[in-house]
Amino acid sequence: MSGFLDALLLQAGYNAALVAIGAALLGFAAGTAGTFLFLRKRALVSDAVAHATLPGVGLAFLVMVALGGEGRNLGGLLIGSALSAWAGLLLVEWIARRTRLAEDAAIGAVLSVFFGFGVVLLTVIQTLDRGRQAGLEDFLLGSTAGMLFQDAVIIATGGALVVAAIWVLRRPMTLVAFDAGYATALGVDTRRVDLAMMGLVMAVTVIGLKLVGLILVVALLIIPAVTARFWTNRVEVVLWTAGILGGASGYVGAALSASAPDLPTGPIIVLIAAGLFALSLLFAPARGILAAALSHRRFQARVHRRQGLLALVRSEPIHDPLTLRILRAEGLIRPDGVATDEGRALAAKIARDERRWDVARAVHQDTSLTGRYDGLTPIEEVFTADQIADFDVRLGAPHAVGA
Amino acid sequence: MAETLTLATRDGTSAGTGPDPASPLAVRGLTVSYGEKPALFSVDATFPVGAMAAIVGPNGAGKSTLLKASLGLIPSVSGLVTVFGQPIAAARDRIAYVPQRASVDWDFPTTVTDVVLMGRYRKLGLFRRVTRAECALATDALGRVGMEGFASRQIGQLSGGQQQRVFLARALAQEADLYLLDEPFAGVDAATERAIIEVLKALKAEGKSVIAVHHDLSTVAEYFDHVFLVNVRAMAEGPVATTFTPEALAQTYGGRLAATHLDQLALVRG
Amino acid sequence: MSMGADFVQFSLTPILIGILAAIACALPGNFLILRRQALIGDAISHVVLPGIVVAFLVTGTIAAIPMLLGAGAAALVAVALIEAIKRLGGIEPGAAMGVVFTALFAGGVLLLEQSDTSRVHLDVEHALMGNLETLIWFQAEGWGSLADPAALADLPPELLRIAVVALAIAVLTVVFWRPLKLSTFDEGFARAIGLPVSVIGLGLVIAAAVAAVAAFDAVGSIIVIAMFICPPATARLMTNSLAAQVWGSVGFATLSAILGYVLAGYGPLWLGFDSAVSAAGMIAAVSGLILGLACLFGPHRGRVGVAAGG
Repeated sequence: MSGFLDALLLQAGYNAALVAIGAALLGFAAGTAGTFLFLRKRALVSDAVAHATLPGVGLAFLVMVALGGEGRNLGGLLIGSALSAWAGLLLVEWIARRTRLAEDAAIGAVLSVFFGFGVVLLTVIQTLDRGRQAGLEDFLLGSTAGMLFQDAVIIATGGALVVAAIWVLRRPMTLVAFDAGYATALGVDTRRVDLAMMGLVMAVTVIGLKLVGLILVVALLIIPAVTARFWTNRVEVVLWTAGILGGASGYVGAALSASAPDLPTGPIIVLIAAGLFALSLLFAPARGILAAALSHRRFQARVHRRQGLLALVRSEPIHDPLTLRILRAEGLIRPDGVATDEGRALAAKIARDERRWDVARAVHQDTSLTGRYDGLTPIEEVFTADQIADFDVRLGAPHAVGA
Repeated sequence: MAETLTLATRDGTSAGTGPDPASPLAVRGLTVSYGEKPALFSVDATFPVGAMAAIVGPNGAGKSTLLKASLGLIPSVSGLVTVFGQPIAAARDRIAYVPQRASVDWDFPTTVTDVVLMGRYRKLGLFRRVTRAECALATDALGRVGMEGFASRQIGQLSGGQQQRVFLARALAQEADLYLLDEPFAGVDAATERAIIEVLKALKAEGKSVIAVHHDLSTVAEYFDHVFLVNVRAMAEGPVATTFTPEALAQTYGGRLAATHLDQLALVRG
Repeated sequence: MSMGADFVQFSLTPILIGILAAIACALPGNFLILRRQALIGDAISHVVLPGIVVAFLVTGTIAAIPMLLGAGAAALVAVALIEAIKRLGGIEPGAAMGVVFTALFAGGVLLLEQSDTSRVHLDVEHALMGNLETLIWFQAEGWGSLADPAALADLPPELLRIAVVALAIAVLTVVFWRPLKLSTFDEGFARAIGLPVSVIGLGLVIAAAVAAVAAFDAVGSIIVIAMFICPPATARLMTNSLAAQVWGSVGFATLSAILGYVLAGYGPLWLGFDSAVSAAGMIAAVSGLILGLACLFGPHRGRVGVAAGG
């Protein structure tokens, strides 16, 4: 536990501190870049990008070895992975645009084929003398164990650069993510913004390779954005909330992993993010499952109550068992189905409001007002007290209930 | 207590009766919502047998929703639907359905005949062979919509109007008693519109019932004999001659339409 | 003769297993692609890992049956979670899938690292890449062994399992052809005539999960995703008839498996290297190459029926 605290407070060594900072920056960048993808409904494009890095890693290794280098230089491997990720991305776009295949099929084809080719290259590398301890498998699941100082520096700087780029590009990207058509009308070059967005996603993926691995970096791009969506309807707020959620997951996950040798960094970070997602899915106000279920039940009860009262107004028998149960439970009808005084009073009010609506719809030319005649919206919400008084005048003397 | 509550009783809503067993489609207290906003609220409707009925209302008024909820394609918050006096599940053989053309992917790998034969699925089941009689039925249905020359055509090669005719042919192949059509004239050419209306009139002449979601007010009186006006709530229902009035339309569409367009419409003055 | 004996002993069973796995995945893949659900195969193949890890932790063995059951259960859990997040949380399908399969995969890796599995052959790389090359037929001495009961009894059990699954999926595809086609083309009409559309959709996903699990057992998850998508997508670009597309996908799956295996096994030798490369990876790469050719030259590669108006 104290090890965890040390790591949280960046006291667990220079490398661990750099990794934790790098993971936080990476998480933040992934959360925000992922939000753009999510709002553009292209979340799984990141999956194709991530899997498409593998052949690049393998090719970069082979090229560096062929040039007489060491082959394991992280910078070189990351450049290779970026190039093949970019190729994969372009292929997805090309297939989806130029053939009848939908984007999901294009994503699946590219990710599996690139990954398969990458695995072929890995087996080639394993047969080389210098390939035996290449450790390229670490790129599948990420590994911070035995990470070099310069690797940690690359991750931290890369994370900082991506965050800076997102800050610079936040306005056009928010516009495009929210409403591409509107952005075009404003003169924003949607295609270039989309490319910039994809460039950021690719950068996050590449930087995340060593830390969380190519399979799980997808999680950092998707989960925080989806989680943030549960808490707010405003684009900017989703964006920064996702960034903070991603950053927190990265930081805490890296710290946890540094304090316990058998906790691999990538999965821990992802599971923390997934835990936050599960909590939000269940408990977020308004959009969470519990809140939605409760409000649906309330809505259903409102509908049935209103319909029941309208039936009383029209002296129609009520057949629907749920309507009967709700009216009985609220004491509006007796067990034998006859209206109570309270039920009659409410029915009279509803009858009056219905007549007011009739007048209002005849008087007012504005469809946006009369369009709210949906059976549930109280007339007081749509018209002012003065207007309603005016309707009452046009209605003539109030009808006596029970007369 | 019923007598003590003689408050407003809306015209056109039958008071207190259950679903009419003779009606091809009767709906009681149907409420459907998308989220917290009712798309339809407590709608009652009784469509007459052997009539050409139109469901009419402004955009977003719940016209298609009424059709889909009646068929059980989308969940409803409350309501009771009967088809010829039976619950929908027991009456599926008697219903033919023409969905909106845009609801399917026309790039799907199949042919015109295949689509029409889908209308025979309830008779064919999993294994029954497509007999010569079934094929003749499909050909006949294509002939009735003027598409006999397109039987082996890939559906992606059809124009919008031809797609709509194929959907109608599939419904004809169902050999039903009630035909439900969702915006059958949306985005089709004039020739197709005439062809479709001829087919529907022929169905009516055979004693079948037709209910169509319709958005073109100028042709309601010409095409249909029964109209159901809806704008989230049921506004009016009855024979076109007595129900399709400027007053009812003004009520359904709000004032604006009444002020600008009503004079131009071929309306029956109530 | 000796060449033939070598082939039967070392290559026949892996090739057969590769072909059967590819076909078992390609069949449901046809419908998944047409339903815009191609990536459900991706999601399923990722959650197989947590499934087998949990099965191992529960049973303590790496026997095939508990592993397969665990993987199948994980696939079902994943599908249920994706549906729940989609419907209850109002999240679009792609994002819901992304959340579920990455989280479950992370859980699987963590469990794997935490548990003592070093003494058993259970690791992430195996899960991803499979071990098709090792599924050889020890007792075979040539083509004659195909008639030798003793030798036949020694066939790798993976072959029998994937054969049963491939056959079952082929039979299901034939039996449910009409409702599958109808509900894939026009869901609203299918519901209106009383077809249980949701059950059909779920059945398709379960069949895909079974295929993924059985194939994964032999060839790893990458080729599973590739086979769900590449052969049907290739066939889609070659024809406008669903039946021809499905037959074509079987053909392309078979071709990919054979070519991929041969290239992986013999390609490096031809190039002067002394050892083979991953067969599963090569099969995936070949299937992608074939798809690439179809994207460039397929007679029906263009979209039709989209801009159809008036």
